[in-house]
Amino acid sequence: MNTAAVSHAPENSEPTSADGPASRRIIVGYGFWIFLLSDIIMFSAFFAAYAVLNGATNGGPGPAQLFDTNSVAIETACLLASSFACGMASLAVAEQNQRWTQLSLLATGLLGAAFLGLELKEFSSLVGRGAGPTHSAFLSSFFTLVGCHGAHITAGLLWLGTMMAQFYAKGFRENIQHRFACFSLFWHALDIIWIAIFSLVYLNGTRV
Amino acid sequence: MSSEAEFGTPPGADTTPGDAPGSGHSTRRGLRTYLIGLGLAIVMTMASFWAAQTHLIYGPGVSVAIVVLAIAQMGIHLVFFLHITTAPDNANNVLALAFGILIACLVIFGSLWIMANLNHNMLPLQQMMDMQR
Repeated sequence: MNTAAVSHAPENSEPTSADGPASRRIIVGYGFWIFLLSDIIMFSAFFAAYAVLNGATNGGPGPAQLFDTNSVAIETACLLASSFACGMASLAVAEQNQRWTQLSLLATGLLGAAFLGLELKEFSSLVGRGAGPTHSAFLSSFFTLVGCHGAHITAGLLWLGTMMAQFYAKGFRENIQHRFACFSLFWHALDIIWIAIFSLVYLNGTRV
Repeated sequence: MSSEAEFGTPPGADTTPGDAPGSGHSTRRGLRTYLIGLGLAIVMTMASFWAAQTHLIYGPGVSVAIVVLAIAQMGIHLVFFLHITTAPDNANNVLALAFGILIACLVIFGSLWIMANLNHNMLPLQQMMDMQR
């Protein structure tokens, strides 16, 4: 019985490569996934620098004196909600629903902008208190790590605006949907990096 | 050509990261996936903020708890938002992810290890200055 089942292996046990190259959507998504992983590896180098230089405060203030957990909690909530809104946008794009696409992308963008505003406010208050990136190796690595994430968010917001304009002007064309799939991967990946930042930098630095 | 892509993917074909599990765009199922992910992520986030402020957990255990919660939440994001699963059609994505994690761990733990070793083996600054006199 078993041998019969094996000899009549179904056709779908053939390797995927027998069907020819994968569709463009899959190739685009996979390529962008590789880029995201390389981006995460770049962030891991900044994390390593931060972890090594964590104690090098040059006699200045350390993490416990500088960070405000409440502000970080609001930033985290903004970014998580933004990531969820981006998921809603990808459902709307799959439904080809212009109004819901634009509305959820707008929510994604506004929440992302709120996150960025809070982060800039934190940075300016740190610099105002004399704890700018030039003060110590710890602060240099902190501003590099968190600022690099903020720069990614800024780039993501520009990309988001472009996607909204393209969906509005050109409709749900296939290549634009591919671009949007890449954008949503990018946005979710930035939220994953933020998890590492708020856990390892902020919470671990201010724990009681 | 493009019509082929629309009539479902053949079994054993690849999926791209971000694709909802299973072929076909079921909006309701997709919404449920995102809602579950959001709920779990909120719970994890609140748990780690709580762990950082409570006195209930044994002191050195707090950072372990935070790290474990962070890794769990990253996993939730990967599964529910990025739709990276262990399904056979996801093998390429998972392999790429595993390689990325390997390199990231080598960079982070390698740096910490080497720098701690250097710190340990280097003379204190004052002593080194005394020797140079």
